[in-house]
Amino acid sequence: MSDTILALIDGSVYAASVCDLAGWAAGRTGRSVELVHVLGRRDSASTPVNLSGDLGFDAQETLLAELAALDAQKAKLAQQRGRLILAQAKARLEAAGVTVPPPKLRVGDLLETVQELQADADLIVIGKRGEAADFAKLHLGSNLERVARAAHKPVLVAARSFQPIRRVLIAFDGGQSATKAVSFIAYGALLKGLEIHLLTVGGETTAAREALEQAQGVLRAAGYAAEGWIVPGEADKVIARHVQDQAIDLLVMGAFGHARLRNLFIGSTTTEMIRSCKVPIMLFR
Amino acid sequence: MGSAWLARMHAVWFGNIKADLLAALVVALALIPEAIAFSIIAGVDPKVGLYASFSIAVITAIAGGRPAMISAATAATAVLMGTLVREHGLDYLLAATVLAGVLQVLAGLLRLDRAMRFVSSSVMTGFVNALAILIFMAQLPELIGVPPLTYVMVAAGLAIIYLFPRLTRSVPSPLVCIIVLTAISLVLGLNLRTVVDMGELPSALPSFFVPNVPFDLETLRIILPYSLGVAAVGLLESLMTAQIVDDLTDTGSDKRQECFGQGIANFCTGFIGGMAGCAMIGQSIINVKSGGRGRLSTFAAGIFLLFLIVVLGEWVAVIPMAALVAIMIMVSIGTFSWRSIRNLRTHPRSSSMVMLATVAGVVITHNLAIGVVIGVLMSGIFFAWKIARIFRVTSELSEDGTARTYRVEGQLFFASAEAFMQAFDFKEVLDKVTIDVGRAHIWDISSVAALDRAILKFRREGADVELVGMNEASETIVDRLAEHDKPGALERLASH
Repeated sequence: MSDTILALIDGSVYAASVCDLAGWAAGRTGRSVELVHVLGRRDSASTPVNLSGDLGFDAQETLLAELAALDAQKAKLAQQRGRLILAQAKARLEAAGVTVPPPKLRVGDLLETVQELQADADLIVIGKRGEAADFAKLHLGSNLERVARAAHKPVLVAARSFQPIRRVLIAFDGGQSATKAVSFIAYGALLKGLEIHLLTVGGETTAAREALEQAQGVLRAAGYAAEGWIVPGEADKVIARHVQDQAIDLLVMGAFGHARLRNLFIGSTTTEMIRSCKVPIMLFR
Repeated sequence: MGSAWLARMHAVWFGNIKADLLAALVVALALIPEAIAFSIIAGVDPKVGLYASFSIAVITAIAGGRPAMISAATAATAVLMGTLVREHGLDYLLAATVLAGVLQVLAGLLRLDRAMRFVSSSVMTGFVNALAILIFMAQLPELIGVPPLTYVMVAAGLAIIYLFPRLTRSVPSPLVCIIVLTAISLVLGLNLRTVVDMGELPSALPSFFVPNVPFDLETLRIILPYSLGVAAVGLLESLMTAQIVDDLTDTGSDKRQECFGQGIANFCTGFIGGMAGCAMIGQSIINVKSGGRGRLSTFAAGIFLLFLIVVLGEWVAVIPMAALVAIMIMVSIGTFSWRSIRNLRTHPRSSSMVMLATVAGVVITHNLAIGVVIGVLMSGIFFAWKIARIFRVTSELSEDGTARTYRVEGQLFFASAEAFMQAFDFKEVLDKVTIDVGRAHIWDISSVAALDRAILKFRREGADVELVGMNEASETIVDRLAEHDKPGALERLASH
């Protein structure tokens, strides 16, 4: 079986909860967890402060040697740190009884790495924010957005700490992604036996009710106790309230709404939910 | 896609703001003396080079393909344009600049950037050495037949440039050289040539105007040779510099975009009264060394340059030429590859000859493009010569002594055709000759013709000739089969 769970970790506080979440998923599906840490490609060479503006003998070679030596030093450090991060994560997962093939330490762009490795994975786990993201502003990590956009597989976004998952909410808008999410859950082993809520935000129309009931039917046929709600209001507020009131442990939703173009620049409901909800979120394209 | 593009743009423009601005200041200060010096080489007022440096830097920052590379008025293009200015005047220079820009954009459309692969490292070394020599030679008029005081000033300037960084690396030493030498000459009231003696300096922002030349074929006939030279030299130095900056910063660049950037920059520069330019090796190294990494560094260097020159114009006017000469000698020393002199002893003689021929070609013609063409041709010939030796003919006689089988291996093409013919013994009397070319690679028509001649010759001696393996061998006539474009060409080449 080549399918694995791809866990993307870095040195941020999310690394531990990404491991736990991946471990949980591995435990339920019997998959192994492939740990990946990507050393960001240097955008440019290191810069020693030298404003002397003079050009000595063999200026080009001298400068090249100087810059290369600095870069080599930095790269060695990053490498050591990366191996440490991966070793810790591996130990944590193995302690939980999960099979972990040798972790992958790669250099380059995170996105390229994901695109390369996702073919063998059926789930990608990533933290809400990386070490580079600005915590104070509660902004999401830019990497999360990019990975969510590029991933062809479901993306599981870890919250800061991992809680056991019992109750799952599917934000059901009747769209393609949400339907895909429903069938993934119905036919997969990941959420077997858990309590599933389906929530459609909007007016009570026949079409909405029909779509919701159809999804409920699919889930029930697969043996889930699936309850359905249709609640009017603003999507992000309604979903957030439901998550809180019903003690939801995992939110499932489509990665992007229908407003594709708008989404390029402004945060959609999805982004808002990832930002404000304190539970893990599973994104489908 | 849209957001990824925006993020990339943000990174290449504003990913390194503080260091970029600081580096830009260092570069702008170093660009002033160079722009003035190169205007003098081209025989125009300093303002022509200064406007050009401003405009080329700013436009290539936006339209170029290599962030952090500095483009401005350069020695390489200036040396080409001197005669045009002398014989026809400034307006023809401006028209030639515009046309050179058009040609460079055309070169980008035709993907001539890819032709850079034929410029070997020996030719590149020859190019930078020749450039350094040109820059130094351009300083000679300021060094020959001048009062002895000038030598003292130039020597003092060089001492400041090279010794001041030992004191502190936070102030550009060429700037210190300019300030100290200017102060000394003002305080002591020395009677030295200054920048103002070289022609008009800019006192205002540049303005748009169309060069005052008749728009007819005669004008085109006059400017086209110059534009071609400038376009070729400009692209050569720019793509070479882009490679140098790529290596220094360990990042990639878009060479085709750089062709467009250079072209657009020259095209626009002609319309604001600036002369053609290109990327500058020395300045780009200074920029990277000072911490410049993004497009902002190039852009700001152009803006700072114009600001400094317009605001400080009257102070620039009193800078003694000796200070500029000292800085240009520094640029020349820094551009020259001193290592290449040491390498003359250890490198293969053919590469040393290519390097020296490139230098000689430039120094004689004052045209870097000619030197590079000589260098590229020579490296091609040397390469063919070496490859021509990779072939072998073995043979064995049959037991009864009436038949011989020749086995040909290796590369057969125009340069090896003669040696190939000589490998056969036509004097031996045989009933049957078998020529097995199955393990040879026939590259061109010359070798096919040589093979035909050999067969004919054996037949005339009365032997029956059988040719074996011709199909495999001639698969390498790549022009006909265009095999080099098909996947797996190497495997097929190696399979026989």
